[in-house]
Amino acid sequence: MYSEKVMDHFQNPRNVGELENPSGVGTVGNAKCGDIMRIYLDIDENQVIRDCKFKTFGCGAAVATSSMATELVKGKTIQEALQVTNKAVMEALDGLPPVKVHCSLLAEEAIHAALWDYAEKNGIQIQGLSKPKSDIHEGEEEEEEEY
Amino acid sequence: MKTRIYLDNAATTRTSQEVVDAMLPYFTECYGNPSSIYELGQRSKEAITKAREEIAQVIGAKTEEIYFTAGGSESDNWAIKAAYEAYKNKGSHIITTKIEHHAVLHTCQYLEKQGARVTYLDVDENGLIDLDQLQKAITPETILITIMFANNEIGTIEPVKEIGMIAKEHGILFHTDAVQAFGQVPIDVDEMNIDMLSSSAHKINGPKGIGCLYIRKGVKIRSFIHGGAQERKRRAGTENVPGIVGYGAAARMAAATMEERTKKEQELRDYFIRRVLEEVPYTRLNGDPKKRLPNNANFSFRFIEGESLLIMLDMKGIAGSSGSACTSGSLDPSHVLLAIGLPHETAHGSLRLTLGADTTKEDLDYTVDQIKEIVSKLRNLSPLYEDFMRKQKKAESL
Repeated sequence: MYSEKVMDHFQNPRNVGELENPSGVGTVGNAKCGDIMRIYLDIDENQVIRDCKFKTFGCGAAVATSSMATELVKGKTIQEALQVTNKAVMEALDGLPPVKVHCSLLAEEAIHAALWDYAEKNGIQIQGLSKPKSDIHEGEEEEEEEY
Repeated sequence: MKTRIYLDNAATTRTSQEVVDAMLPYFTECYGNPSSIYELGQRSKEAITKAREEIAQVIGAKTEEIYFTAGGSESDNWAIKAAYEAYKNKGSHIITTKIEHHAVLHTCQYLEKQGARVTYLDVDENGLIDLDQLQKAITPETILITIMFANNEIGTIEPVKEIGMIAKEHGILFHTDAVQAFGQVPIDVDEMNIDMLSSSAHKINGPKGIGCLYIRKGVKIRSFIHGGAQERKRRAGTENVPGIVGYGAAARMAAATMEERTKKEQELRDYFIRRVLEEVPYTRLNGDPKKRLPNNANFSFRFIEGESLLIMLDMKGIAGSSGSACTSGSLDPSHVLLAIGLPHETAHGSLRLTLGADTTKEDLDYTVDQIKEIVSKLRNLSPLYEDFMRKQKKAESL
């Protein structure tokens, strides 16, 4: 079902974790669909992404695309990172099954959301970046029941 | 990795060697058409009669009340559509539940488009229907109650005898999808007032592509396939003789071994469930703890997603299934898990493991160890778990 590259990034995901004082954080997706992606960015004064971490709740494709997306934006400038589209992530993974294409969209959106957060924090505008489509509201999981 | 531990027996089972041996002569030696008059044909006919008897015995039916079909889905479709057609002049109301197999649910939805009115009964947190709600749902228009014997995902066994009694009191037909229950729990169609019952061979170590619909004598439902006189003119077409023979052999063996086999399975199941619940935090058992199929275990592991879990188990040689959306190709998780009240994200993190006759304690011990490791790995990846732990920490420091 999955390519070798997808399986590799799923089994050994790169850049898993959190950043202490991130320049920007983006969380997209929703639990209803079963995919949530969070990306942390550390951006230096030259607007280069120094470090990047992620956490993902989702299927094999969701984890693999998160992992690959973080690899692709690491060391890039913000403008370069904006060019990392879902298509680029998919190609880097040697493709995804058709039903999993939406997972790669999530990775692109998560990066955009993190960049948006960075821009807002610093009061700057990033050319070509629009407000992310979906975001997870803090505290939503309070509705969860205890077992 | 090659599957070493098969724990998806609710999906399908390995065809047993005895069943294959029973079937083989009917491909190359006794290949005659059962409708033919010569000896070769008559041998096929006799084999079908014998299999029909073996299957009828499992549920206390008469031989002539068993109609062979291509499997459980066909049986469900036939029972529900044909009952609606036959009785729609009397009324057009059907009662079913929210946790039926899609073969029942989608058939009911199809009939709604044809003018039927369908009540989908709720279930409680364990997946059991409320008999009072059933009573109240009945109207003079109600022509059919179709409620599964046992749920395929969470294993909950419904109060079939009580449902049958209610149906009988009101003169309403009662169909039950017993695909998971057949050969696993005792069934008696007379004692339980069941008018129609669906079953499938491949769930009981028989071959795929063969099943049956039990139709109580006197129930008038239309033919499923028109043509020749096979299956008392109700399902035309030359019979799947090897399949039927295999089904008969599987049914006979399932009945003969039921008591001993299910007792062993139940003990192993309870041991397995106990270990998982004790050793994996933030886990819940789905389905009724007692009124459940002897081989079914279904868990929800919070903060993780089912498909990831399945792939990682597969890499360790363990085969299971999940109610996660990603495994079904849709965006919604299992309708059964939502019906028992699970939040979406918890439903996405479900895992169903169903034991077989040859599952061992060692298999399950290995599986528990793997689950523990994988769940912990996936939780470390999960932003939901991160948020949860952060909140826990905050609460502790307050």
